[in-house]
Amino acid sequence: MPSFDDALGIHPQALALRAKRSELIAANLANADTPGYRARDIDFREVFADEASPAKLRQTNGRHLSTLGADSSGYAIKFRQPLHASIDNNSVDAQAERAAFLDNALRHQASFTFLNGRITGMLAALRGE
Amino acid sequence: MSLFNVFEIAGSSLNAQMVRMNTTASNMANANSASSASGETYRARQPVFAPMMSAAMDNNQAAAGVQVLGIVESEAPLRREYRPDHPAADEQGYVFLPNVNVVEEMANMISASRSYETSIEVMDASKRMLQRTLMLGQ
Repeated sequence: MPSFDDALGIHPQALALRAKRSELIAANLANADTPGYRARDIDFREVFADEASPAKLRQTNGRHLSTLGADSSGYAIKFRQPLHASIDNNSVDAQAERAAFLDNALRHQASFTFLNGRITGMLAALRGE
Repeated sequence: MSLFNVFEIAGSSLNAQMVRMNTTASNMANANSASSASGETYRARQPVFAPMMSAAMDNNQAAAGVQVLGIVESEAPLRREYRPDHPAADEQGYVFLPNVNVVEEMANMISASRSYETSIEVMDASKRMLQRTLMLGQ
């Protein structure tokens, strides 16, 4: 019997990952004036492919190694390649980060819309009206 | 919940930018406070920013906010001006003026205010994302 999780598809994971990414970009923006800070982000496609793939290696213990880079949340967090060098070694491009944040928020909304559609559809099926 | 951390991170940024704004205001206000001895003269102050890595490590999260490590006084030489009519002038008629660079402070102020605005926008966008999530299934 298929579960409700299957009916929701990939969207709950996508929503959670979007929220995680917004946190990282917010940290980059908060540290836009911090000397020596390196901007970080996740490669959404790579992380999401790993999240959504059925052959994912499960980590049942906190000491298990992740198949991606090492991070407590299991996401591979990468440093952003700066477009230009800065005198205080800060690699945050505030404009690019703002654009990334906006892009992320819109995609979060898209995932939300898809998920909401699935849930509304299931509710309609349950009611049988 | 990641989206709630955004408020913490953006809040730390608001706090840090406010400290920066305060030091800038203090520097600008004292840009012309003359005194008779170099030890008593006001020196330009700047906050030192650092990522909140330790707090992030404790909470097992990768994203870090910003903190103010402290405020340092500028080591730049003081301005010495010949003003024999000034009440604080020394025997030779010189006064010491603070090493505040007004143009630098203005640029600093604009940068702080822009960063503050950005953090507000980030919080606003996150608020909308959270509110939308609460509407799920309705």
